Amino acid sequence: MKPAPFHYERPTSLAEALDLLAADGVETKALAGGQSLVPLMNLRLARPDVLVDLDAVAELRGISRSGDQVRIGALTRHEQTATDALVRERLPLLAHAAVHIGHRAIRTRGTLGGSLAHADPAAELPVASLALGAEVDVASARGARTIPIAELFDGPLSTTVADDELIVAVRYPVDAGRRPFGFAELARRHGDFALTVAAVTLSVDGDGGCRAATVALGGIGGSPRLVGPAARALIGTRIDPAAVELAVASVDDAVRPVADLHGSVAYRRAMAALLTRQAIAMARGAR
Amino acid sequence: MRCTVNGTSHRLDVEPRRLAVDVLRENLGLTGTHAGCEHGVCGACTILLDGEPVRSCLLFAPQLDGRDVRTVEGLAGPGDELHPLQQSFGAHHGLQCGFCTPGMLLTALDLLGHNPTPTRDEVREALSANLCRCTGYQQIVDAVMDSSRGGAFDCT
Ligand SMILES: Cc1cc2nc3c(=O)[nH]c(=O)nc-3n(C[C@H](O)[C@H](O)[C@H](O)COP(=O)(O)OP(=O)(O)OC[C@H]3O[C@@H](n4cnc5c(N)ncnc54)[C@H](O)[C@@H]3O)c2cc1C
Ligand code: FES
Ligand code: FES
Repeated sequence: MKPAPFHYERPTSLAEALDLLAADGVETKALAGGQSLVPLMNLRLARPDVLVDLDAVAELRGISRSGDQVRIGALTRHEQTATDALVRERLPLLAHAAVHIGHRAIRTRGTLGGSLAHADPAAELPVASLALGAEVDVASARGARTIPIAELFDGPLSTTVADDELIVAVRYPVDAGRRPFGFAELARRHGDFALTVAAVTLSVDGDGGCRAATVALGGIGGSPRLVGPAARALIGTRIDPAAVELAVASVDDAVRPVADLHGSVAYRRAMAALLTRQAIAMARGAR
Repeated sequence: MRCTVNGTSHRLDVEPRRLAVDVLRENLGLTGTHAGCEHGVCGACTILLDGEPVRSCLLFAPQLDGRDVRTVEGLAGPGDELHPLQQSFGAHHGLQCGFCTPGMLLTALDLLGHNPTPTRDEVREALSANLCRCTGYQQIVDAVMDSSRGGAFDCT
């Protein structure tokens, strides 16, 4: 239960970190909060040659409002995402989701960038970020680009971020952030990874008509993802019981759960439907 | 690498892959911090890093550089008088084998630091970060409740 030897680097600028990640012929990994990578290294499921500790890279920090977006640095700890005044005010869904992660001793270390890059299929922040329509800024020694969150996840524990790229920041539209939201998850014990997670945002006009909606789920087999048909089942309706049932049926079509120690396929399907219903109800109630 | 542990500063020369829990136990002889699961789940290795609770099995030695660490050895007062929270654990039989106790104490201390009058549910939620195979948790919750402001053992 001890990690294999590695070479440790602690760059103090983004450029220096990206140069280290660009090196050929050695397996180089970024270390953010270490709450997913270090368990894998202790179990020797990961054995990087070089570890690039991001902790001293100032460009990866900070939470700020710029125009119609809130920008959150990749190195922002879950505890900060859960408690920061700007996040709580402008992106309450994200703050709410962050509180559900593990325990305080995990949240004081784990980071937003690490959670998105690790891409656990049932992690909270990926699902909340999908529902909010985030944009992910990545950079490498080759240049910078932006990945829409819907194109970030590429199967369980896999993303479209290249090995030499770093997530620098995540940008969230304030417009989606201010919508009423719902969030529901099923975990065996408090602080455990969820089996299934659902997040919903609704935009409702004065007459109760639904103008826009997003429905995102995790822990449903494959990557966490947006369920477009479920959102479309709600848009243009008054979110009456028939529309909700249609949305839930779309979720049932979209999930591909796999049976494991924690639940059968039928159980996981039932939970995805139930959590979707709960998240929609919470979003409606919050209006 | 330099760090401060329980108020004493140390200079160490260690391999980067050495876990913080092993630095404390093996290099510094502070064996109060226990290594259980070594993958972040059990909480036995919980320490305070710059005042915040962290898993010392998920930190590498160089990540302690320039930081302030507090371990269970740092709780007792001058003359080795036990910290009120430790006394309360004793009074309420909040430990049996004691393996989980250092992590429980530091987790509870962190909770009482920012919430001096927690409800029983809040105590249970905070302690859910730490596993205990002996006590059934009730006495640990009792001990922490009794240490909250106004209890017999004032930790604030
Ligand atoms: C006991 C326990 C319980 C937990 N419970 C939950 C839970 O309930 N929900 C949940 O969502 N998570 C949970 N976690 C995981 C936690 O949220 C992690 O913090 C998160 O998954 C990874 O973030 P990190 O900063 O720790 O990343 P690290 O572990 O440092 O890195 C993870 C991966 O991401 C890469 N990476 C890190 N930062 C970047 C970046 N900026 N750009 C590109 N790649 C990067 C690393 O190279 C590595 O491959 C738990 C962890 C533990 C130990
Ligand atoms: S030994 Fe660190 S959490 Fe179990
Ligand atoms: S007292 Fe034995 S594990 Fe808690």
